[in-house]
Amino acid sequence: MTNYILRRLAQAIPQLFIISIILFALMQAFGDPIATLGGRIPPRAEDKERLRRQLGLDQPVYMQYVFWLVGNDWHKIDINGDGVPDTYGTRAGILRGDWGNSLVTRQPVLTMIGERIPNTLLLMITAEVVIILLSIAIGLYSALRPYSWIDNLITSVSFIGFSMPVFWLALMLMYVFAVNFRRWGLPYLPTVGMYDPSVGKTPLELIKHMILPVATLVIISTAGYSRFVRSSVLEVLGLDYIRTARAKGLRYNFVIRKHALPNAALPFITIIGLDIPFFLAGAVVTERIFAWPGMGRLFIDQTERSDFPTLMGILMLIAVAVVIFQIITDVVYSMVDPRIRLE
Amino acid sequence: MVDLAQSTNLESIKASLSPGALAVRRFRKHRMAVVGMLLLVGVFLYVTVTGPFLKGYCAPIKQVVRGEAWANCNDTSLKLMPPSREHPFGTDVIGRDILARTVYGGQISMMIGIFAASVEVLIGVMIGSIAAYYGGWLDSLLMRFTEAMLIIPSLFLLIIGARFLGSGLPDVNIFGRQITGNVFVIILIIGFTAWMYTARIIRANILSLRELDFISASRALGGSDSRIIFKHLLPNTTAPLIVGATLGVAAAIVAEAYVSFLGLGVQGATATWGNMLDGAYRYLDTAPWLWFFPGTMILLTVLGINFVGDGLRDAFDPRSGRHS
Repeated sequence: MTNYILRRLAQAIPQLFIISIILFALMQAFGDPIATLGGRIPPRAEDKERLRRQLGLDQPVYMQYVFWLVGNDWHKIDINGDGVPDTYGTRAGILRGDWGNSLVTRQPVLTMIGERIPNTLLLMITAEVVIILLSIAIGLYSALRPYSWIDNLITSVSFIGFSMPVFWLALMLMYVFAVNFRRWGLPYLPTVGMYDPSVGKTPLELIKHMILPVATLVIISTAGYSRFVRSSVLEVLGLDYIRTARAKGLRYNFVIRKHALPNAALPFITIIGLDIPFFLAGAVVTERIFAWPGMGRLFIDQTERSDFPTLMGILMLIAVAVVIFQIITDVVYSMVDPRIRLE
Repeated sequence: MVDLAQSTNLESIKASLSPGALAVRRFRKHRMAVVGMLLLVGVFLYVTVTGPFLKGYCAPIKQVVRGEAWANCNDTSLKLMPPSREHPFGTDVIGRDILARTVYGGQISMMIGIFAASVEVLIGVMIGSIAAYYGGWLDSLLMRFTEAMLIIPSLFLLIIGARFLGSGLPDVNIFGRQITGNVFVIILIIGFTAWMYTARIIRANILSLRELDFISASRALGGSDSRIIFKHLLPNTTAPLIVGATLGVAAAIVAEAYVSFLGLGVQGATATWGNMLDGAYRYLDTAPWLWFFPGTMILLTVLGINFVGDGLRDAFDPRSGRHS
């Protein structure tokens, strides 16, 4: 097992290198981040030039990648522009734990990401727990009554949920539960942000602000997950050992609970395990609509500002999480399913 | 006894039909797929046939205009009007008729969907079949690349791509319509970020086909690599390809809508269902018709395609269907 994990980690390293190269190449499409810098008072041309040298943006792309990777404290920079390199750089590179600084806020990328991660995880984990419980309940319910009218109804509704664009659903929910409920004098839900500034940061406020975004994510994802649960339960129910268990006189409920469910749960574990790392990415569209200050919104905002160190940080964080969770999922799977041996 | 007789009878009918005819039979028995097909035909007629019948008085140029000119006529004195007789779906922030824009925007959205799915299938088939057929280092290189692309969330790739390639392109004339050039950039970007699953399916299929006798036979007869790939291997993987491409159209329409919704999609006067939604959420309570109609068109189209895709999957793969 340890061998297997070590080997998988060793395979992951070149993979992450490939990803970082692809991403870094894509970031070049951003053009010159300095050009858009400065806001209302644009910096003078010579200041821009100095900044460009300081940030290493005057270097060829492969050197910029090397700086990003291992830092530039071994490389002299020509800060004053007299053609003679004079000062060592200050970056340590991502391999030594320095994720760089945002071009826009000058804060370390890790700080910026760190501020958003708790918000995103709060939203995504809450949503995922509801999604898992609900989709197991719905999937199981329809798998035990296959092709009945209620199963067909659930199937049709899931297809609608599955096909719904996130923004359409989010806007509909907001329109009904925030706008119209207020119009009708009913208790209505807030639409944007995490807290109402006039009430303050109370847990109740937070819960009220979470209802609509969580509901959006739940409706969109439960559809697909519950279809998955249904088909894996149905598949297991058709297998010989279920018939054997019934034939030797075990009760139906017992067979379902003790034989069918644990086996049907196996593929579900994989799906969930592979989805978890994408929690970090947040839900770009949902966060944007509900003005939720999470990772998805950070990504959109920093894209508009060409802040590529932050974008690289976000994307690499997700990539590392995906790779790690792929390994964890395989290991967990082999532990719960004795048929699978990792070698 | 009767049952047995009937079932053998059925078997003999089935045996006399070609695989394609069997697939058509199974598709037509799939009720939701037929509903989906009708839905799609409805949407298709809506975006293709309705256009020329739309007309109205365009105040800024002081004449009655038809078709696309009506969709692009912006009468700012009529901005954000709720649905009425002249404007059944209301007007947008600069006073254009939303009904006409859902028709002409729908053409672009569907075109983006179909073209982007074609790009996706083309890249997927190329990478998948090369990797599987040649194997070795080429296979592992291409598959590592595919995995790397899968690890990065595709919406993020789309956003980065659209942000930087999406502007400053000349207009293009296609099917007699003037279209902003960045429509094609969006098509390429969606295609480039969505081919990975297709490539994997194709590779897996070809890997198993490659070992079969008829491939050895073809090679023994002197068939070239390209002949074996195009004449023998790819035709045998059409079923998953057609299903994948169908669902790919829906995914591409939604992808365009997401990118445009975030303000990074198709720019300029050319309407798409997606860019009609751009900024519409600011009028959530004051002008819900801004986002309701284009959003609903996307929902209906995607729903129809997904129903059809599911029906096709069952039709091509009898094992995945219902056993009644």
